[in-house]
Amino acid sequence: MTEVQVSPEVSEFTEVHRHPEPKSFWSKYIFSVDHKVIGIQYLLLAVVAVFVGMALSLLVRLRLILPDYPLPLLGTVFPIGAPNGVMTPEFYLAMLTMHGTVMVFMVLTTAPQGGFGNYFLPIQIGAADMAFPRLNMLSFWTTLVSFLLLMAAFFVEGGAPISGWTGYPPLSAVPEATVQGLGQDLWLLSIAVFCIASLLGALNFIVTTLDLRAKGLTMMRLPLTCWTWFVTAILGLLAFGVLLAAGVLLLMDRNAGTSFFVPGGLVVSDKQIDHSGGSPILWQHLFWFFGHPEVYIAILPGMGVTSHVLSTFARKTIFGYKAMVYAVLAIGGLGFVVWGHHMFVSGMSPYSAFVFSVLTMCIGVPSAIKTFNWIGTMWGGRIRFTSPMLYSIGFVSLFVSGGLSGIFLGQPTIDLYFHDTYFVVAHFHLIMGVAAIFGMFAGLTFWFPKMFGRFMSETQSKIHFWATFAGVYLIFGPMHYLGMLPHPRRYAEITGVDYLEQGGAEGLHAFITAAAILTVLAQFLFLYNFVKSIYAGKEAKGRNPWEATTLEWAIPSPPPHDNFGGKVPHVYRGPYDFSLKGAKRDFAMQCNDDKAVFPRPEAASGD
Amino acid sequence: MSFALAIVVWVITLAMAAPFVTQTWWMPDSITALGDEIDVAFNYTLIGTGVIFLLAQFALGYAVWQFGKKRSGPASDTHGNDKLEILWTTAALVIFVGLTFFSYSVWAETRFIEQKSMQPTEDRLVIEVTGQQFVWNMRYAGADGVFGPTDIDLIDDAGGNPVGVDRSGAGGADDIMVGEMRVPVNREVEVVLKSKDVLHNFFVPELRIKLDTVPGLVGKLRFTPNKEGRYEIVCSELCGLGHYEMTAFLHVVSEQEYDDWIAEQAEYLF
Repeated sequence: MTEVQVSPEVSEFTEVHRHPEPKSFWSKYIFSVDHKVIGIQYLLLAVVAVFVGMALSLLVRLRLILPDYPLPLLGTVFPIGAPNGVMTPEFYLAMLTMHGTVMVFMVLTTAPQGGFGNYFLPIQIGAADMAFPRLNMLSFWTTLVSFLLLMAAFFVEGGAPISGWTGYPPLSAVPEATVQGLGQDLWLLSIAVFCIASLLGALNFIVTTLDLRAKGLTMMRLPLTCWTWFVTAILGLLAFGVLLAAGVLLLMDRNAGTSFFVPGGLVVSDKQIDHSGGSPILWQHLFWFFGHPEVYIAILPGMGVTSHVLSTFARKTIFGYKAMVYAVLAIGGLGFVVWGHHMFVSGMSPYSAFVFSVLTMCIGVPSAIKTFNWIGTMWGGRIRFTSPMLYSIGFVSLFVSGGLSGIFLGQPTIDLYFHDTYFVVAHFHLIMGVAAIFGMFAGLTFWFPKMFGRFMSETQSKIHFWATFAGVYLIFGPMHYLGMLPHPRRYAEITGVDYLEQGGAEGLHAFITAAAILTVLAQFLFLYNFVKSIYAGKEAKGRNPWEATTLEWAIPSPPPHDNFGGKVPHVYRGPYDFSLKGAKRDFAMQCNDDKAVFPRPEAASGD
Repeated sequence: MSFALAIVVWVITLAMAAPFVTQTWWMPDSITALGDEIDVAFNYTLIGTGVIFLLAQFALGYAVWQFGKKRSGPASDTHGNDKLEILWTTAALVIFVGLTFFSYSVWAETRFIEQKSMQPTEDRLVIEVTGQQFVWNMRYAGADGVFGPTDIDLIDDAGGNPVGVDRSGAGGADDIMVGEMRVPVNREVEVVLKSKDVLHNFFVPELRIKLDTVPGLVGKLRFTPNKEGRYEIVCSELCGLGHYEMTAFLHVVSEQEYDDWIAEQAEYLF
């Protein structure tokens, strides 16, 4: 077994037994139980998925401005959905449905948690691996199966489902109501398998955080990244089970003759449907009981990374660490009791709207605390404009912009107008989509030197930041104006509605599509930067090139098989001890005791 | 870098906010008193969130600019400020929850219509609206003011009976089926919402209200339009491949014009 040199930064450590390194290629890189390899597998899956999702969004954008234009190649790949390259309205809906599903499940749920969380949670808490390494491997491979099932939906008869990522029945339950068949079943199967994978992963994260922390690492010394992964895992554990149940019931409605979500007396195209006694609104309750926490599953890890990076590159401790922890817990808790705000106009009892509305508004409070504290963290700092810092600043800006439109939508009175318009599309893309993805950009550029021993190109990352930051605002800013018109969402074209044609929707759509094309192009620069830097990036000198404080920076880059070589550092302080008064340097690592930090430790004020 | 980033954040902020001030792309004028109240709630929310939006983005840009500049000495060793934290939290709570309390009475007026205190006017016009892929079916009770019974077996799209009205049933003979909605100005209208197949959503932007049509359930909306004109009914819940073209018109006309029209429709029946 290779000996791992203990960093001189580590004041004291505990010896634990070591795990032998896997020898063969298969056990090392493919069916690996190493959390770092699994983390990278998740990240690669998310990279593939995000480019699929982006391609779909581009098709959607093109269909909106050029409904009759034959696109080369498209007709060859999808002869039914796009005969001669001209996309049909149902093809538009299929692309839309798959875009949402791929992005929400395969990107926003996998990369922040399964990717970065898997890789860095054990290292940041001083563990050799996750609590259940085999379960971890199973989670990833189950997720991959789910992804493949979803992709298969493109290529079966009838093509991908058209009922939106929310899959509302009866549209999704009654095959006669769409031209689809097997596509919707594969979609449901994929979601169900994904739920199982996420449940396994969530369990693992929770146990790991609670059980495997290094000596001295109390919960209130956890990096905020770990807090967000921990709370995200709890949300996942409680939410995915419900979606799994709902998905199985809907599959049975479609294939086993049950009627959980389909009422009696349906007539589709003059044909009576043989169902009775179900409720379409039941699905919405179950779906959004999962769906709303899912928003926080996507965004919380981004908040953690942003807090972490802002503190590191402002060279200043996080402003109000405890408030940040309580805010994350509050967001997680409240996230479970606000799902009804997705259903104000669903026909659900109007009396419950008030409760859901007040609780929804309450979520604005911890969100405001986070924003305030991020700005407070930078205030009085000495900001270093590295690329992860830029992405994190971008995250804060996007979080504010995307969050405030929620104040409109959370009030049932105003939601009456904006529900199901582009205003909603703008809202959730800014906050759940783009802000979360900026969190991932920040995480990747920040941890890249630890993961691969090399930096990503700072110049290319910065160009990418400027283009993407401006680009996403140019895309989603104008969508608010479409919502004002009001442009209903999920419309394949605007030809059916007079006021859209007269209100300037066409011009806005053209503008948005142009901005989307430019933004997508910028993502190829990021991909190039990512791939090339793995083998040709500037070498990261030393273990701690960013002068950061948490445990991952006390081990070699890339980290050895069992992270700490059996010598787990003791933790002496909170995660963000930057610029301490009287300290030797402007940062104190968690594994530094007072003797290592202060020239005269007896004078130190303590933790 | 620090100033450039601050400028970009500020420019984006102002550019995003500007069309909300100039109202370049805007809501059509409301045509009900309730709609006007919803607009008031919207305006308060716009002002409240607008101020927070500008302040937060400005502060972000300012922090980036000021503390990104070259400065001597280390960063300040502050860990937080409980007073500011409590102040900020309370302010956010009051503004956010206050807005929802403020606007809630309008929601109650719009949607609590089954309440005893919300009795409809005696001479209201009741119209049954049934959504189906991808058309709106409007049913008027006709001269007797009574809707006839319906039977699922009588549903026949091609034969002109899309909701299965039983013409031989009590009150069914004079029911009027049309594909547009015509109502007299300044009279209360009650829309009874149903669906034959999947979810749809009845939405008229000028009325500021929408509600899903749910198969198996009956939804109700009431409104009193106060301005004549032609307004579009658009479907706002994904209902399938023709979702985007599931539109119809709401015509608000004078009492006289309405009477003439309904008489004309009745003639087509026989």
